[in-house]
Amino acid sequence: MTAFLTLVRRDLALSLRQAADALVAVMFAVLVVVLFAFGVGPEANVLSRLSAGVVWVAALLAAMLSLDRLFQADHDDGSLEQLALGPLPLWSVALAKATAHWLVTGVPLIVAAPVLALMLAMPTDGLTTLVGAMILGTPCFSLLGAIGAALVLGARRGGVLVAFLVLPLAIPVLIFGAAATEAALTGLEAAPHLMLLGACLLATLALAPAAAAAALRQAVG
Amino acid sequence: MTGSLHRFANPARFQRLARAVLPWCAGGAALAFVAGLYLSLVTSPPDYQQGDTVRIMYVHVPAAWMALGAYTTMALASAVALIWRHRLGDLIAQSAAPIGAGFTVIALATGMLWGQPMWGTFWVWDARLTSVLVLLFLYLGYIALVHAFDDPERGAKAGAILALVGWINVPIVKFSVDWWNTLHQPASISRFAKPAIHPDILTPLLMMAAAYMLLFATLLLLRVRAAILEHRLRTLAMARAQG
Repeated sequence: MTAFLTLVRRDLALSLRQAADALVAVMFAVLVVVLFAFGVGPEANVLSRLSAGVVWVAALLAAMLSLDRLFQADHDDGSLEQLALGPLPLWSVALAKATAHWLVTGVPLIVAAPVLALMLAMPTDGLTTLVGAMILGTPCFSLLGAIGAALVLGARRGGVLVAFLVLPLAIPVLIFGAAATEAALTGLEAAPHLMLLGACLLATLALAPAAAAAALRQAVG
Repeated sequence: MTGSLHRFANPARFQRLARAVLPWCAGGAALAFVAGLYLSLVTSPPDYQQGDTVRIMYVHVPAAWMALGAYTTMALASAVALIWRHRLGDLIAQSAAPIGAGFTVIALATGMLWGQPMWGTFWVWDARLTSVLVLLFLYLGYIALVHAFDDPERGAKAGAILALVGWINVPIVKFSVDWWNTLHQPASISRFAKPAIHPDILTPLLMMAAAYMLLFATLLLLRVRAAILEHRLRTLAMARAQG
C-alpha cells in the first residue's frame, strides 16, 4: 500500500511540475465544446438538446489526449523496468498510474463539466447528475486508457493508435453517462443508468489493471 | 487434452494437416454455397410481409454469425498463444482478423440494404447495430496494433491481449437484442423465437451457415499456411543477413 501511494505521489509530482501539460486536456475539452457551439450554431434549444452528449464526448477525447504520457516516459528512461523488478506487482503499478492519470485529467474534467454544460445551455437540474455520472465515468476512461497506453508502448504512431484502440471500449461508458444526464434532464429516473455506470467502473477496476499489467509485461519483455 | 493440443502446435504438422483438410473445406464450401444460394434465392418461399426482400436474410444472418465466430476464434487462438506461448496461436489470430472484419462488413452492408426497405432507414443507432459497428472497430484496431511494431513478435503479443479484452463485446452483440428493446429485435424475434422455424426457411439458412463456416475455414487455413511460410522466409532472411 505504501509503495502504491508512493508511486501515485511520484506520478502526481511529475505531472504537476509540468502543470501546463495537465491543463491542456481540460483546455482541449473546452475547445471541443466551443467548436461544437460554432459548428451547430448558437440556438439555445439545439445546444441544450446536445449538451449532455457533447460534454461527455469532449471529456472522453480529452482523456484520450493525455494517455500517451501514461507509461511512455517511464518506458523510455527505463524506470518501467525498475518498477517491474520492484516489490509492487505490475497490476498495482498500472492501477497507481491510472489513478494518477485520473487525478490529473479526470478531476479537472469533472470540475469543468458543469461549466461546459452551462455554456451549452443545459438546464441546471441536469448538473448534479452530470457531475455524479462523470465521477463514475472518468475513472473508467483512465483505466481503459491504461490498457491502450500499455499496449502501444514501443509502437510507431502510438498516440493515434491508442485512441483508436480505447475509444471503442469506452463506448458503453459514454452511452450510460450521456443517458443518465439525458434522463435527469427529461425528468426520468437517472439511477438505473448510474448503476450501470457503476457496474462499468467496478468491472474495469477489476479487469483493466490485470490486462494493462499483461501488456506492460510484454512491453518490458 | 493439452497433450493433443500441443501436438497440433507444431507448424510442420499443421502444414501437413492443412494440406489434407483444405481441399475438403474448399470443395464443401463451394458445394454448400451452390446448394444454399439455390435454396435461398430460388426455392425458398417469399415472406408474406417482406416479399422477396427476406432473401437478404440468407446472406446477412450467417455473415453476422461468422463475424462473431471469427472473433471468438481469434480470442481463443490469442489465449492459446499467451498461455502456452505457441507461435501458431498468434498466426491463427492474425489470419482470422481480416476475414472476420470482412464478414462484419458483409453483415453491416447487407443489414443496411435490408433495413432501407423494411425499416425505412439504412441505419439506426440501436444496440445491435452499434455493437456490431464496435466489433468492426475492434477488428480494425487489432489489425492496426499488430502491424504497428517493428518487431512482429511484440505486435503479436500486444494484439493477443487486445483480442482478449475486446472479446467482452461478443456477448454484448449476441444479447443486445434481449437486453435492450431495439428496432432490430422484432425482425429477428418473429423469425427465431418460435419453437420451430418453418423448414422451408430453416434449411436454406442452415445451408448458408454451413457454407459461410466452410468458407471461413478455407480462408483461415490458406492464410495460416501463407503466414507460416512467410514467417519461415523472414527467419531465413534474418539468418542470412546475420551471416
